[in-house]
Amino acid sequence: MKKLAIVSGKGGTGKTSLIGSFAALAGGSAVLVDGDVDAANLSLITGAKIVESNDFYVSKVAAIDQESCNACNLCLELCRFDAIKTGYSIDLIACEGCALCCYACPQGAIKMDDKLSGQWFVSETAYGTLVHARLGIAEENSGKLVTVIRNKGEELALAGGKDYLLIDGPPGIGCPVIASLSGMDRALVVTEPTVSGVHDLKRIIEVCLHFKVPVGVCINRCDLDEDKTSDIDSYCQEENIPVIGKIPYNQSFVHAMLSKMPLVKYDHGLISSLIEEVWDNFRS
Amino acid sequence: MKLLIASGKGGTGKTTVAVNLALAMAEKKIQLLDCDVEEPNAHLFLNPEYSSEVEIGIPVPSVDYSKCNFCGRCAEVCMFNALAVLKDQVMVLRELCHGCGSCAYLCPQKAIHEIECPIGQVEAGKAYQLDFIHGRLNPGEAMSPPLINAVKKAAAVDRITIIDAPPGTSCPVVSAAAGCDYCLLVTEPTPFGLNDLDLAYQMVLKLGTPAGVLINRCDIGDCAVEDYCNNNGLPLLYKIPWDMDLARLYARGEPVVLHIPVWKDRFREIFFHIQAARKVAMRR
Repeated sequence: MKKLAIVSGKGGTGKTSLIGSFAALAGGSAVLVDGDVDAANLSLITGAKIVESNDFYVSKVAAIDQESCNACNLCLELCRFDAIKTGYSIDLIACEGCALCCYACPQGAIKMDDKLSGQWFVSETAYGTLVHARLGIAEENSGKLVTVIRNKGEELALAGGKDYLLIDGPPGIGCPVIASLSGMDRALVVTEPTVSGVHDLKRIIEVCLHFKVPVGVCINRCDLDEDKTSDIDSYCQEENIPVIGKIPYNQSFVHAMLSKMPLVKYDHGLISSLIEEVWDNFRS
Repeated sequence: MKLLIASGKGGTGKTTVAVNLALAMAEKKIQLLDCDVEEPNAHLFLNPEYSSEVEIGIPVPSVDYSKCNFCGRCAEVCMFNALAVLKDQVMVLRELCHGCGSCAYLCPQKAIHEIECPIGQVEAGKAYQLDFIHGRLNPGEAMSPPLINAVKKAAAVDRITIIDAPPGTSCPVVSAAAGCDYCLLVTEPTPFGLNDLDLAYQMVLKLGTPAGVLINRCDIGDCAVEDYCNNNGLPLLYKIPWDMDLARLYARGEPVVLHIPVWKDRFREIFFHIQAARKVAMRR
């Protein structure tokens, strides 16, 4: 089984549209994982039906028993996250769940409660199983939630004798991206020929190389700025990174999304054949 | 006014809006903070002259082996599994460390002190008439919130502040949003845009920050986002149509308000809409 991740650094470059198409092209031989647990969208274009839901408890949150608290102020002094509010209550959003206050409280007035950090799901789609999640709003630990669904995806792919594990990564370069990338056999970086696209491409490639994941690059909307596209080409050449696809700007990306379908199922023209080429190259 | 420019989905135009708003209102001596420290892009459009660069680190444990008796207490109290105590060694997994200080405070032997471990830089400078501050997370680092907080701490308090937020709805955005008194949610009229707007709106509701919506590329999709705003009493402040000039200037890193005068008027209008909506929200 090959483990493939799609990342981008910059958001909105077309990761999810591409992976939806890859799933359709894989024709049931892939398990899909939506690693963007903040704002998961892959289920919207794959006709996902949830078959299993699980609560995700990973963090704890402090709670102060007002009766035993003698207002000694130690918790407030020690907390580095400004999570102890005046009147000795806990700011549930600021609390990181480190438990220092709980251990340190001379009165034993603070306990740590489990906190529901999100939910994760196994869904059946028209193109194979999808494991996805919904991180609680304003929660942390997105990296851990990505690890949970990724492991589940891997387990299902192995059990089902699938050829591919396909992960749709979140934007950025922080913890959920690292959790999506590490240990992958290959990553596809989807970029666009804009100053932001080029800047973010270089940073995400650095992260991929840091975690020793081989990279290929796909330039989406490649005709938006031909100079920037050739900048990307020459940067990739210097770094010895293959550019495995270039896709021109096309409205069928939006139209397919509005029809809630992967692009290759919606449009059978040039764009679909270009996407198919990218997929064949990426998986080989 | 402290204005957060946010969106659940990446690539909807946050940076374009933040940069052009700030430039269009330059006479107000606006301060622009780029809090998307994983992939900061605003500087690409502003080419600021930096007057300071500060390394930012988080405190991570360092073990004094002349005092450590390998009792294992540090690993036991660490809620993030960032420490592992072996027979004759304490392993610090610093990418998991949240810098809470529990291990150092609770070590019975006082064998742990903390050392600053660099995660990125905060740079401050001037661009046009703007004060500009941003952070750059080092590629490979997982934890962006401490750097985001450092960017915000470097800002002046008595100024109109526009903050370009990272995408998503989890801890990095929450760090960027703290202390903001209005949030402009930038979205696009597609199923992904709608899904992620819903998540972002739930986030600002949870944070108690009043919000309004700007629909970018308002004519590429359907009317579901507009319906959503109407149904939820979420003020729709402005719509920007798809515009090839705008896209091409963006690709080259040129702020549109500096090139096409009518866009300056439009962004000033957007600013006044935001100011008015904020006033209405504050009266409630």
